[in-house]
Amino acid sequence: MSSNKKIIRKKDFSLLQRLYLPEIFRGLFTTFLQMFKPKITYQYPEERFHPPASFRGRPVLVEEQGVERCVACGLCSRVCPALAIEVQASETELEKERYPVKFEINMVRCIFCGFCEEVCPEEAIVMSNEFELAFSSQEEAIFGKDKLLTPAEKLKERLEFLKQHR
Amino acid sequence: MAKITLDGNEYDVDHRLTVIQAAREQGVKIPHFCWHPKLSVSGNCRMCLVEIEKMPKLAIACATQVAEGMVVKTQSERVQKARNAVMEFLLINHPLDCPICDEAGECKLQDYTYKYSTGYSRFNEDKVHKPKRIQLGPNVMLDVERCIMCSRCVRFSDEIAKQPVLTFTQRGDHVVLTTFPGTQLDNPYAMNVIELCPVGALTSTDFRFKARVWEMSSTESVCTGCARGCNTNVWVRNNEILRLTPRQNEEVNSYWMCDVGRLQTFKQVNSEKRLSGPLIRKEGVSTGVGWDEAIAKAVAELRLFKKGEIAGLGSAFATNEDNYAFQKFMKEVIGTKHVDFVRHVKEGDQDEFLIRADKTPNTRGAEDVGVKPGEGGFDVDGIIRGIKSGTIKALYVLEDDVGAIPEIASVLSNLELLVVHSSVQNETTAAADVVFSASTYAEKHGTFTNFQGRVQRIRPAVATLEQDRAFDGFSMSRWDRFASHNDRWGRPIKKDARPSWRIISALASAMGGKIKYNTSEDVFRELSEKNPLFKGLSYARIGAQGVMTKSSVTVSVSA
Ligand code: SF4
Ligand code: SF4
Ligand code: SF4
Ligand code: SF4
Repeated sequence: MSSNKKIIRKKDFSLLQRLYLPEIFRGLFTTFLQMFKPKITYQYPEERFHPPASFRGRPVLVEEQGVERCVACGLCSRVCPALAIEVQASETELEKERYPVKFEINMVRCIFCGFCEEVCPEEAIVMSNEFELAFSSQEEAIFGKDKLLTPAEKLKERLEFLKQHR
Repeated sequence: MAKITLDGNEYDVDHRLTVIQAAREQGVKIPHFCWHPKLSVSGNCRMCLVEIEKMPKLAIACATQVAEGMVVKTQSERVQKARNAVMEFLLINHPLDCPICDEAGECKLQDYTYKYSTGYSRFNEDKVHKPKRIQLGPNVMLDVERCIMCSRCVRFSDEIAKQPVLTFTQRGDHVVLTTFPGTQLDNPYAMNVIELCPVGALTSTDFRFKARVWEMSSTESVCTGCARGCNTNVWVRNNEILRLTPRQNEEVNSYWMCDVGRLQTFKQVNSEKRLSGPLIRKEGVSTGVGWDEAIAKAVAELRLFKKGEIAGLGSAFATNEDNYAFQKFMKEVIGTKHVDFVRHVKEGDQDEFLIRADKTPNTRGAEDVGVKPGEGGFDVDGIIRGIKSGTIKALYVLEDDVGAIPEIASVLSNLELLVVHSSVQNETTAAADVVFSASTYAEKHGTFTNFQGRVQRIRPAVATLEQDRAFDGFSMSRWDRFASHNDRWGRPIKKDARPSWRIISALASAMGGKIKYNTSEDVFRELSEKNPLFKGLSYARIGAQGVMTKSSVTVSVSA
């Protein structure tokens, strides 16, 4: 990529160019044209954005028939580059043998990278379409199972998207 | 001796060795599942296949004796192909359990899969299903699906624990490990099969699902369950001990430790009964106070008595450093001759292997550093009699629940002053006027001398209030390293406790004595200068495997 070329500044501008005006009008005209194009801004919060399935909102835990898919393997916790996830496993009578008694994501740490979703062997943690996160304290930003568990039906789009891109 | 060539290098090795042993001595690693240096050779896993010139087929290194002129190749293409094949066979029926398997992270099968496997599976059929979650004994859990039939556990139970209760039934891919009808894997050393098992087929009931291996820090330490002092690793997550595992030391415990030591010597560190901060008795009620107040109170009270009215009990549970500082304080600062410590010998509760009748880690050390009566001073019995008759009015007790011993409990109420160092609430602290909350063995540096006279190091694995894992050189897990104030896991429970030598040092300087130590190493240095038994020893020399004290080079066996 190294280049020895010298940067050459143009010095011999014509009068028109030195006036700047034609260029300014050209710019104003472009702006003016936008008025006749369809609007893409949202009147948030009255109007809301519904992200596509590829969107990475806050990570949530998939719940099926009232039970989380998660087996508390701790891989998401290990892979998370921001150390946002804390998992404490325990034993369950169910066939999966273990489940998370405690599963906490510190949303102040999370960077929405989606690594947790990618590493999970159970497809138990997925990126939802929720992006509205506001906290009044750091403590409030730690989401436990109560906030993370989300029924699989609600996550259909994302689960379908993941299936297609496996 | 025999001259062999290993991967192109020539070595002179003992001709009685097998190829795997000879290679190991030369630092050449040959992968293996079923072979173990302390067990008989079984040769069933086939992982250690190597190529030997002039032999038509590959040979298993664990059962082939070296011979003069033998040329062994451990990395040739044939060998690597064979390893790939063995791994493929082992993985055919191995479940995809790693995410829920406690072994994951320290699993030989996982490691070898990365190193010696082809990286993909050609097996599309159904895996066989076998029993899971079988309780083999009180402390060991079996998952037959994960078992790779190496028979290490069977051989350990037969040959080392001498309790032959494990066996295989069925054949082929239906083989099942089980106990003989009506028996259980419940020998005192049963849990060693957990580390022995190269996969997660045998796991600990106690540790089950408590943490992933990579989340914990591990610290070299010594078991405090008996006078053997088995070398251990202490595994900590979030400042809490979750398990102990044996650490190899051929002079002491080899690869093993007993289940009692493994399960019952760490729970008190995080128990509900732990003391946090000193206590003094105010108008009859035991009240939490700061260190300065407690020290001032102890000093003021101790001054009320004549030298001969004060007695001190050291402790075989405390370190050499604590006991040394203690006896020096008693004899030189207080000026009493009545110094001894209580033995905790359970006659009959011992065996020919590791377990000793003396249930303390440091009886030998307490004796060696000088916790014994001075000229004409009272021993334990004398002290008890003295308290009864009223000649002893004040008692200073170091890290030992002497109040649980009936003969002592019955006389404690005669005392006018009882000062106690303890890490937990117990009968002694209940009767005490001043209680100093002492660090446990898992929270401080120090040394124990085991029954052989081997001085061994302990290191802090759990941080107390005034310690910081990073600044104080603790071993750290990834979590410890990156915790910040807004992480719940970054706020572990820390106890307000101090090592006894430090408490004594503070007391001594408050009483105008000349005892001043800043680290436990300072105490040990003084001990090594003043006590001929410890001459020339230092923390650096003790290292990971310990060293013998001077007197014990000819091993003398005490209970
Ligand atoms: S990786 Fe998946 S299964 Fe494992 S702990 Fe995280 S969410 Fe649970
Ligand atoms: S999205 Fe990334 S940062 Fe957020 S919890 Fe998952 S792995 Fe961690
Ligand atoms: S034994 Fe090893 S390979 Fe098998 S499931 Fe457990 S961790 Fe995975
Ligand atoms: S349980 Fe473990 S040690 Fe025993 S035979 Fe199976 S794999 Fe080997």
